[in-house]
Amino acid sequence: METEVIKPKNKIHPHKFTLWVGIGSIVMMFAGLTSAYIVKRNQSGWVSYELPIAFWYSTIVILLSSLTIHLSAKCFKERMMGKYRKWMAATMLLGVLFVVLQFIGFKEFWQMGMTLQANVSFSFLYVIVGLHGLHILGGVVALIVMSLKAFSKKTRNYSIVPVDLICTYWHFVDLLWLYLLIFLIMIR
Amino acid sequence: MSTVTLHETSAHHATHDHGHHEHHDSFISKYVFSQDHKTIAKQFLVTGIIWAIIGGLFSVIFRLQLGYPEATFPFLEDFLGHWAKGGKLQPEFYYALVTMHGTILVFFVLTAGLSGTFANFLIPLQIGARDMASPMLNMLSYWFFFLASVIMMSSLFVQTGPASGGWTVYPPLSALGEASSGSKIGMDLWLVSMAMFIVSSLLGGLNYITTILNMRTKGMSMTRMPLSIWALFFTAVLGVLSFPVLLSGAILLLFDRNLGTSFYLSDIVVAGKILPNEGGSAILFQHLFWFLGHPEVYIILLPAMGMSSEILSVNSRKPIFGYMAMIGSLFAICILAFLVWAHHMFVTGLNPFLGSVFVLLTLLIAVPSAIKVFNWLTTLWKGNIRFTPGMLFAIGFVSLFISGGLTGIFLGNSALDIHLHDTYFVIAHFHIVMGVASFFGMFAGVYHWYPKMFGRYLNNTLAYIHFWVTLIGSYLIFWPMHYEGLAGMPRRYYDFSNWESFKMFGGLNQFISLIAMIVFAVQILFVINFFYSIWKGRKVTTMNPWEANTLEWTTPIRPGHGNWEGDIPEVHRWPYDYGKDGVDFIPQDVPVGADESKH
Repeated sequence: METEVIKPKNKIHPHKFTLWVGIGSIVMMFAGLTSAYIVKRNQSGWVSYELPIAFWYSTIVILLSSLTIHLSAKCFKERMMGKYRKWMAATMLLGVLFVVLQFIGFKEFWQMGMTLQANVSFSFLYVIVGLHGLHILGGVVALIVMSLKAFSKKTRNYSIVPVDLICTYWHFVDLLWLYLLIFLIMIR
Repeated sequence: MSTVTLHETSAHHATHDHGHHEHHDSFISKYVFSQDHKTIAKQFLVTGIIWAIIGGLFSVIFRLQLGYPEATFPFLEDFLGHWAKGGKLQPEFYYALVTMHGTILVFFVLTAGLSGTFANFLIPLQIGARDMASPMLNMLSYWFFFLASVIMMSSLFVQTGPASGGWTVYPPLSALGEASSGSKIGMDLWLVSMAMFIVSSLLGGLNYITTILNMRTKGMSMTRMPLSIWALFFTAVLGVLSFPVLLSGAILLLFDRNLGTSFYLSDIVVAGKILPNEGGSAILFQHLFWFLGHPEVYIILLPAMGMSSEILSVNSRKPIFGYMAMIGSLFAICILAFLVWAHHMFVTGLNPFLGSVFVLLTLLIAVPSAIKVFNWLTTLWKGNIRFTPGMLFAIGFVSLFISGGLTGIFLGNSALDIHLHDTYFVIAHFHIVMGVASFFGMFAGVYHWYPKMFGRYLNNTLAYIHFWVTLIGSYLIFWPMHYEGLAGMPRRYYDFSNWESFKMFGGLNQFISLIAMIVFAVQILFVINFFYSIWKGRKVTTMNPWEANTLEWTTPIRPGHGNWEGDIPEVHRWPYDYGKDGVDFIPQDVPVGADESKH
């Protein structure tokens, strides 16, 4: 007896699709903020500034984390669960490190007199980078949950969907950071 | 050797295909924290109705003030306490009422109450899905809305009163606590509530889009979807792309209010005291607000358009005229909605050249709107019309959309808008085209799908009274306002009796207030009809009471969670095969006959 499996069209999982639409929504929020930034920059009272060094380190960290989560998803697909666990945990740690570095950057910035209230240009930096940070934090929480599940002996991990979702989201917040970084360097 | 063909079902079918084993639901999981899209739809509808009564009541109270500025109403003091000392509405509270009326009706009733109800109810039923893509997110969407409602409601009871800077909450009034009593804690609660509201509509919108694109039954191609689904789809797209921008605007406003930043504030003197805020721009908020605010108008209007299209076709016993043109015009409206926000800002000192670009783009909306109106009228033309209550409200919708749309052409011209801006002309325009028209779409939807929601009919006599009084009353309320506006009567004023130029409108204002009260009373009649009929209405005895083609009428009279008892029906045709080849109607799940003509 021959068995023929017909795969349905429309292969994208509904949760993954929901994530993509959600990403579109987040993009609109940052598009709103960055265009407000551009409008304000052309008005009087704008002060230029240098980004804190810690932001550069955090950029390296988040780029690395994108690599590790990619490797983690790849190992999951090949059912190399040991490696999957390690890379997932590494991504989680790098995510935490990113948040810490961003916080240090804020502190550095604040101590140089560029406080939240001092000028509207600094206020924008805090709000935009801070909101991105919140999105990262959301990702970190998800990564912690994923890592705990990966190391738990009770849960069995078969479905690729959660790994795929967190992977897409994490790459997105990484790209979003790169966009914001380039934006803040080019326009200040 | 035989060949076995296996269809690999995607994950959602495996997880949500549980139509048969839902017998052990507790009360809580069935009616409160339900994940069934139909129950969530009803939750949205009932919450929306409660808000509509509150919002409508507010308008009656401030219409009392506008109609009878000299009179006192002692019962108001019993009801509102120190806000109506001696039976006279205080000016601060008048503003609070106007603000809350706008906020409640625009967001809580005509966005959540309308989209929340009908997107949830119709999408899975009409595309042939057992539930939403993510029933969990769907449930959260309602509960975020509920949370937003509770916070907004609580702002009505704080000592300094709810937000009172207008539903558009422009800074600096909204950004400075010392600006007015409504700018204090009431404003913070407004912002927090709106943030929750935005989360709710985003979660809903994500679900609607994914469900429509991903979970249609076999044979339900995009061009076989009912227009109601197309309209709800574009509504969700608009919401998902525009609400986040309002959120960013609101976040900046929260920072300005509570953390001392100056995004929107600059060079401000309050009561002789110079504020330290420098470098902000109040206009920036208007840009961010209206970038949502204008799409929001279509978020309110498109579901009404889609449902009316569907109801007009069913009750004319004719296919909808120009199906593809209807979809195309919805799409065009969707695109243009994002490109016209500055027509709300012609008097902010906007560069006149830039203004003329926005004039052009605004007037372009007349093209898809006219296509839609033409198609509705040609659908009705020579139809075998059944004047069911739903049908009457759908026709009323078309009437109001035309009347209100025409004045949009006046307001879209920057040269005229400079005169008409912030007058009663604007009030008349947007109440007719967006407020009342969308309400008519919503009523049409409620009357048409009530049998599917509750397995009973609404009382027809009450429905006809509801329709005629509301239609005639709405025109009597808002038509005269055009003349007041042309004469320059400004909106948001507490009392016009001190102005020589507006004294002549005293009688007219009284007339409008009287009619407003009558129309409000008739809405209460509708609410009574609605709740009474849930338990006592005439029972539905056939699966397809309107003899319609769409899939929701192939479900049992009172469908359980999962909608269809057996397999989901397969779709073979578009939803508008009415009067084809001499057959009155052919439902979508009927296979195409060999000798059947093309539509």
